[in-house]
Amino acid sequence: MSKMESEQEFEKARSPFAEAWGMFRRNHTAVGALGVLLLILLGAIFGPFLYGVDPFEMVWAPFSPPGEEGFMLGTDYLGRDLLAMIISGARVSLLIGLSAALVSILIGVTVGALAGFYRGWVEEVLMRVTEFFQVLPTLLFSMVLVALFGASLPMITFAIGVVSWTAVARITRSEFLRIRELEYVMAARASGGSNKTLMFTVILPNALPPIIVQSALMVGSAILFEAGLSFLGLTDPNVVSWGQIIGSNRQYILDAGYTVTFPGIAIFVTVLAISLVGDGLNDALNPKLRQR
Amino acid sequence: MAPLLEVENLRIELTTRDGIAPVIDDLSFTLNAGETLSFVGESGCGKSMTALALMGLLPDKIGRVASGKIIFNNEDLTQASDARLREIRGNDISMIFQEPMTSLNPVFTIGEQIAEVLRAHQGLSRAAAWAKAVELLDAVRIPNPKGRASDYPFQMSGGQRQRAMIAMALACEPKILIADEPTTALDVTVQAQIFDLLTDLRRQTSAAIILITHDMGAVAEMAERMIVMYAGRKAEFGPVDQIITHPRHPYTKGLISCVPHIVSDMTEERPDLIEVPGIVPSLKDFGQDRCLFASRCAYVTDKCQASRPSKKLFSNGQIADCWHAEDL
Repeated sequence: MSKMESEQEFEKARSPFAEAWGMFRRNHTAVGALGVLLLILLGAIFGPFLYGVDPFEMVWAPFSPPGEEGFMLGTDYLGRDLLAMIISGARVSLLIGLSAALVSILIGVTVGALAGFYRGWVEEVLMRVTEFFQVLPTLLFSMVLVALFGASLPMITFAIGVVSWTAVARITRSEFLRIRELEYVMAARASGGSNKTLMFTVILPNALPPIIVQSALMVGSAILFEAGLSFLGLTDPNVVSWGQIIGSNRQYILDAGYTVTFPGIAIFVTVLAISLVGDGLNDALNPKLRQR
Repeated sequence: MAPLLEVENLRIELTTRDGIAPVIDDLSFTLNAGETLSFVGESGCGKSMTALALMGLLPDKIGRVASGKIIFNNEDLTQASDARLREIRGNDISMIFQEPMTSLNPVFTIGEQIAEVLRAHQGLSRAAAWAKAVELLDAVRIPNPKGRASDYPFQMSGGQRQRAMIAMALACEPKILIADEPTTALDVTVQAQIFDLLTDLRRQTSAAIILITHDMGAVAEMAERMIVMYAGRKAEFGPVDQIITHPRHPYTKGLISCVPHIVSDMTEERPDLIEVPGIVPSLKDFGQDRCLFASRCAYVTDKCQASRPSKKLFSNGQIADCWHAEDL
C-alpha cells in the first residue's frame, strides 16, 4: 500500500487553477503587468496612509511645476497636491472599475446562462433585450442615467455596468449552447441533476474561462468609461477620480500640461496592465489558441 | 412476482425534417429484478432511444412518447412529473454511457462527482459522501481508491473512467442499470474486464441490467434474454442461448453470422464471414405497414412487402416478428 501511495505522489493531481497559473506564469509580459497592477492596488489601499496630504486641501500656489517645494507632481489650478489626488483617485477608479465589471458580469452571466440553457422563448426574449442594449449609444445612455439619478458612486457603477453587460451575456450564452449538448451534461442529467445543478455546477464551471478573460478586460474598459464620465463632470464631486482631475484641469492644458498628463499616465498604465493580464489569462485558459 | 419494469406498446416519435418518424414502434418487454436483458441491433435501430425513454431523457421538443406505458414499481414513468423523474434518475434507474472519455465533467475530481450524486439523492454529509465515493471506487476495482478519488478525469485511462462512471451509476444502489454500449470506446482486454466487473456487481447488488450493445459476444456472456431491434421494431425476443443456437429471424441470423470465430486448427476449413447487405432504412421510412427488413432479406416474398409481420411464438420462449420464422 505504501508503495502505491508513493506512486500516487509521483503523479500529483493538479487542479484546473494550478494548471492555469502554470500556463500564466510562462507569459512574462502578463506576469509583469500583474506586478504593476498589484503595485497600483497596494498604492490605492495604503497610499493615503503613507502619503498624508489631503487631496482637497490647497497646499501651495496653483500651477507649481513638478518637484517644486517637495510636491513631486506639482499642484493643480487650485493649488492642490497632484500626487495626493492621483493616489486618492486610484481608489475611486479601481473601485468603480471592479464593481462596475462585477455588475455587468452578474447581469451578463445570468442573462446568458438562462438564454443558453433554456433555449426557446426564454432565449428569444433575452437575446432581443440584449440586442436592444447593444445598439444603445452607451456613453449617452449612461450620461442620461447619471444626470437623472444623481452622480453618486453606486449610480455611476450601475450606469457603467448596465451598458456593458451585453458582451458577457453573448459569450456566456454561446458557451452554454455548446456545453449543454456535451455528453457529461447528459450524464449529469441521467444521475438526477436538477436544472439548477446542471446550470451552476456542471455547465457554468466549464464555461468560465472565456468569461474570466472577458471580465478582466471589462475592468479596464469600466475604468476608461468612468474616466470619460468624470471628465465630462458626471461624477461625485466629493471624491477625486482620475478622469475628474483631467476634466477640471483641461482649460490649463497649454499652461500646465503636467496637470492632465500625470492622471492620464495613471489611467493608461492601469488599463494597459489590465489588458495585458487579460491577454495572459486568455493564453492560460485557452491553450489551443496559443499557437498563433 | 411482478416484473420490476414493464414496457407496454411503447411508441416514441421523433420530429424530423421529413415529418414525424416512429423511432420506437410498438415495443413491449418486461425486466425482472436481477436479470440482464440485452438490446442488440445496428446503429440507428432505436436502442439508445429506448434507454433515453426509460430515463425520461428524450431530446426536448424533438422526441416524445406518443403512446404506451413504462411501468416501474407500479408507477407509469411516461406520466411522471419532472421532479419525480429526477428523483428516480440516478437513484432507482441509472445509466452509463458509451464514451467514458467525455461523460465525466472535466473540472471536478472523480470523487467530487460521485459524492455529488450521493449528496443529492441520499442527503449524505460532505465527509460521508466522500468516504462512500472512495468505497465505491474500491468496489469497481480502481487501485489506490483513496488517492485516485482526488484525480481529475483527464488523469485516468478510458477503462478507469468507465469504472468511475459505473461507480457513479451504482452509488445509490439502483434497481436498474442501463448500460448504453459501455465498452464500444474501449479496447478488447478492457472490455472483458468491464463485463466481468458488471457481472460481479450485479451479483452483489442484485440490480437488473439493461445492456445495449452490438457485440454479440458480450450478449452471450452477460445476458439471459435479448431483444433484437430493427428499424424501431422488435425483430426477435427470447432467451439468449436459444436465439444464438437457432435464430428465428433472418436479421438475427445475419447479426450472428457476421461475428468472426477463432478456429484453433488453422488447416480446418473456415466458414466465410457473412455480412448483412444494405443499411438500416432512414427514419422517414420507419413505421410503414410492411417488413422493414425486406429490402435486405434473402427470404423476402410478396407477403413481406405487403404487411407488417405478426408475432410468432415458439415453445422455447422465442418470439420472432417474421412471416417466415417457422421455416428458418
